[in-house]
Amino acid sequence: MIGEAAVGGGRRIATREEEEKTQMTIREVMEYVDGKVLIGEDRLDDRVDTACGSDLMSDVLAFVKEKAVLITGLINPHVVRTSEMLDITCIVFARGKIPTDEILEMADEVGITVISTPLTTYTACGELYIHGLPGSKRRKKAEDQ
Amino acid sequence: MAAQLEKVFNVEAGAYTTAGEASTTIKRTLKQLGASREVLRRVSVACYEVELNLVIHSMGGTLTLLVDPEKVTLISKDVGPGIPDIDKAMTEGFSTANEEARTLGFGAGMGLPNMKRNATDFDIQSEVGVGTTITMTFALE
Repeated sequence: MIGEAAVGGGRRIATREEEEKTQMTIREVMEYVDGKVLIGEDRLDDRVDTACGSDLMSDVLAFVKEKAVLITGLINPHVVRTSEMLDITCIVFARGKIPTDEILEMADEVGITVISTPLTTYTACGELYIHGLPGSKRRKKAEDQ
Repeated sequence: MAAQLEKVFNVEAGAYTTAGEASTTIKRTLKQLGASREVLRRVSVACYEVELNLVIHSMGGTLTLLVDPEKVTLISKDVGPGIPDIDKAMTEGFSTANEEARTLGFGAGMGLPNMKRNATDFDIQSEVGVGTTITMTFALE
């Protein structure tokens, strides 16, 4: 299976049942992406169920479920606002980017933990995936519903 | 969630910095009224999408929130320019968004289909030169 080969390293893909049980603390997320927490140090033991890596907030709004971590290279207040709408609990800014104080305050106000990682978006997502954090499930198209 | 409520928000064309503020207020209002997490998420996503559309595409308009014991209703009403081809606008990936919207991470042509997906009922009426009205309801049960 291509997916298994790509993930590699003798690790196997989790079954659907296992995926549904899989969770990770924000502290583990921070450790796996070699990141540092910028806001929300008191929320590191909160858990996330899934993750999404994207610079396109349109896609994030269309695909992400709650209790997710968002990995992005995009820095503007709409990343926080999009996350607030979706109940995303943690944002990881990739490639060592540090958001402005205004963005950090917005995140703190709505209880979103913010992490900065030196890794690229692709590598940060890969690290979380191989440590067991699944992506969002595929969804039906609007016209199928 | 039994309260009867009506709130109207003005949304300014091109106001990218404040885009989403009405949605934030609406989400907080519904949370205080005791809406379930699922309803909150659906309304919030659709509301944010429609508010962004008002900012990105319209010449300005209003966003109205109505709450009754059975449902939440969101009505977006603008003063133009109107959508020439609604079927095309409802297609995922079709977008007429400008560069500024795209720089912020929007304008991928997912907005209208995503509203339809999240709402229980979705209706769009548009006339070029007049304006667009989108009505969405969200069942509370």
